[in-house]
Amino acid sequence: MLRFILKRLMIAVPTLLVIITVAFFMMRIAPGGPFDSERALPPEIEKNILAAYNLDKPLIDQYALYLGGILHGDFGPSFKIRDFSVSELILAGAPASIQLGLAALILALSVGVTLGTLAALHQNEAGDFAVMGVAMVGIVIPNFVMAPLLSLVLGVYWGILPTSGWGDGALRYKILPIFALALPQIAYIARLTRGSMVEVLRSNFVRTARAKGLGERLVVMRHTLKAGLLPVVSYLGPAAAAVTTGSVVVETIFAVPGIGTYFVNAALNRDYPVVMGVVIVYASLIILLNLAVDLLYGLIDPKLRRAR
Amino acid sequence: MSDQTKRTPQGKPGFGALGRALAFGLGLAVVGGAAGPWAPAAQAAGVLRIGNDGEPQSMDPHFVSTVQTSRLLDDMYLALVTFGAKGEAIPGAAERWTISPDGLTYTFTLRDHTWSDGTPVTAEDFVYSWRRVLDPAMGAEYASLAYIIKGAEAYNSGQGKVEDVAAKALDAKTLEVTLTSPAPYFLAQLTHQVFMPVPKHVVEKYGRDWTKPETFVVNGAYKLASWLPNVEAKLVKNENFYDAKDVFFDEVIYYTYEDRTAMQKRYRAGELDICREIASEQITWLRDNLADSLRIAPYAGIYDYAFNTTQKPFDDLRVRQALTMAVDVEAISEKVLRTGELPAWSFVPPGVENYTTPATVAWKDVPFKERQEKARALLAEAGFSKDKPLTFTLRYNTSENHKRVAVAIASMWKQIGVSVELFNTDGKIHYADLKQKAFQVAREGWIADYNDPQSFLFKMEGKTGPLNYSGYDNPEYNALMDEGALTIDLAKRAEILKKAEALAMRDVPVMPIYYYVSKQLVSPKLVGWHDNALDKHVTRFLSLK
Repeated sequence: MLRFILKRLMIAVPTLLVIITVAFFMMRIAPGGPFDSERALPPEIEKNILAAYNLDKPLIDQYALYLGGILHGDFGPSFKIRDFSVSELILAGAPASIQLGLAALILALSVGVTLGTLAALHQNEAGDFAVMGVAMVGIVIPNFVMAPLLSLVLGVYWGILPTSGWGDGALRYKILPIFALALPQIAYIARLTRGSMVEVLRSNFVRTARAKGLGERLVVMRHTLKAGLLPVVSYLGPAAAAVTTGSVVVETIFAVPGIGTYFVNAALNRDYPVVMGVVIVYASLIILLNLAVDLLYGLIDPKLRRAR
Repeated sequence: MSDQTKRTPQGKPGFGALGRALAFGLGLAVVGGAAGPWAPAAQAAGVLRIGNDGEPQSMDPHFVSTVQTSRLLDDMYLALVTFGAKGEAIPGAAERWTISPDGLTYTFTLRDHTWSDGTPVTAEDFVYSWRRVLDPAMGAEYASLAYIIKGAEAYNSGQGKVEDVAAKALDAKTLEVTLTSPAPYFLAQLTHQVFMPVPKHVVEKYGRDWTKPETFVVNGAYKLASWLPNVEAKLVKNENFYDAKDVFFDEVIYYTYEDRTAMQKRYRAGELDICREIASEQITWLRDNLADSLRIAPYAGIYDYAFNTTQKPFDDLRVRQALTMAVDVEAISEKVLRTGELPAWSFVPPGVENYTTPATVAWKDVPFKERQEKARALLAEAGFSKDKPLTFTLRYNTSENHKRVAVAIASMWKQIGVSVELFNTDGKIHYADLKQKAFQVAREGWIADYNDPQSFLFKMEGKTGPLNYSGYDNPEYNALMDEGALTIDLAKRAEILKKAEALAMRDVPVMPIYYYVSKQLVSPKLVGWHDNALDKHVTRFLSLK
């Protein structure tokens, strides 16, 4: 197992380097610079600014400087939020993003699996249709539609939750963004669980277990669920990626101080160091989550554990 | 029996388990979070909550170029001249000043006041601050605004020495500044953040970190308590401010909102007292439902299209005139935008100080049908016809409003036989291309940095460089602007500048479309909010009923 983890981590380093390199050059190739705005700068001012941020150096030198900085743990200064370095911004934003993403993932998993299992157990009954109908709606309606809708109804019309903002990190500020972020995943996991469970419930070993006189609850909890959850576990990697990227939209709509918001604004402002910093964080997060999912998968499926 | 073990007739776990699962999920969902009270907290008295339509860039005034950040700085710093309750220029850190007869030398006497840490504010702080802005190594974006000070441009462009920047501390309370030419707008210009003082003793001690809340020192009504990027910047009253007893609010919170609809919702939910921008597409709803909060007022800004006069066919005056007179700017304001914007016939908006009535295009009062006829004739003279129509690309930066205006204007031009292709890109690409003159006709806009016609008209001067997007370079116009710069008599100067504007409105290198308005939501409970052209509403002058 340790060898497997080490092997995966060894692959992660060159993967990250490729991501950093591609992102760095793509950002620089994109037309428009960080200091292009409605107010064109006089040439001498522009020269001063470019020199102050090393942007007057050849691109390859800038790249080398950037990599050197990363190795020393320095992600550079933000061009637009000048009082913060990229590291400070990420440290300030990461707790909110991680809380949001993790909570949404746990919520999606617990509710999605429960709903999917119940739907499978009540296949083709009213409850099943209801769950699958709602799941379909959850999948079809994108975050950027659902989030403002939730904020309008629960925040403005009913006034039971704040419309947006973060307060001091109080629970009531987190409910809507977590729910908005989790909803598509709940829907997807519910459908996935239902499909898988229906298949497993029809399999021979379940039939045998029932024939032996095992109670339905035990059949479901002990035998069916474990096998039925394998596709869900496989989906956890993409789900984590979806939650991470989806948080960019949800954070913007609910004014959550996460790194997703920085990413959107930084990309629009061509704030190169911030975009790079967030890309590195996201990439590392997704690599680590995928590794965790693979490990989890091995725990559930002994065949896979042996293959390693 | 618990929900989880309850059986359905088929003996399977029932849907009643759902409630438990949801509760479990939600419980887990907040893991790691600081759980707070469930019910919305009552707003503390003495707190002003402002929705700001953009993230502050910096608390250091020398690195700020956005209107959204300047709002915080106006609350925290006291420049020599500052904004009054109605946005007018009033004495700030300077109690009084004298101007030499040639209009070149200003001598300021500082009022007795201190930084928020109790250290006296001195003339040397100002000298230090302005030299800092002009230091080429600092890369300050707005440094060129200080070029009016003798020696400033040379130092900032690496050609001169810092000692030659003509700002001197005669003693602790007296500052002498010498200008390159008489500039009646200099006092108004001093309200700009680039001229705000920074505390030498703190900046030198902490370097770049001096703006962190724990070390931050200012001389204005408020100081920074905390700043959570993308959420809020909290300011608290500076008890060492010279006029602290007249400052009503103990705390001001600027909430950052890139999304105007979200900000508006927060205002509607009673969580904000002011929304500094509205979602224009909801104007009808706002007029119907929040009329007592909605504040729309003329704003010192112009929205226009620049013709690239360095390229054919826009180097032809007849083409520019034809295109300008064929646009019904009143219809743009009234039917396309419908948010109170005023149709523009000049480049300088009405109501700008140190000016007279702006010079307008000659066809302002000609009926639109007649203007269309004249436009067709001018295009024919310029060699365009049905067989050889004028075709070009109109560029604009991505925005729903820019698109609506562009579509409307393209259809107006179509009526005189002109074929337009619309092309939009994000703002960064748009302005990078404009700077390179890689366009034919393009959308641009301009907000005054200070309340003076020069802040608009300089844009069309030949020497202005990349910012003069149209590339207009008329020696007669340039000469009038130079003459205006040397004229001390304000009335005479206004006439000269008006002549320059009249020339530009004859040559139309840019086509005025509308004058901006400020659009915001302000709680009716708030006292001291006065609409003004610069849209300045300094918190120290606001209070509650």
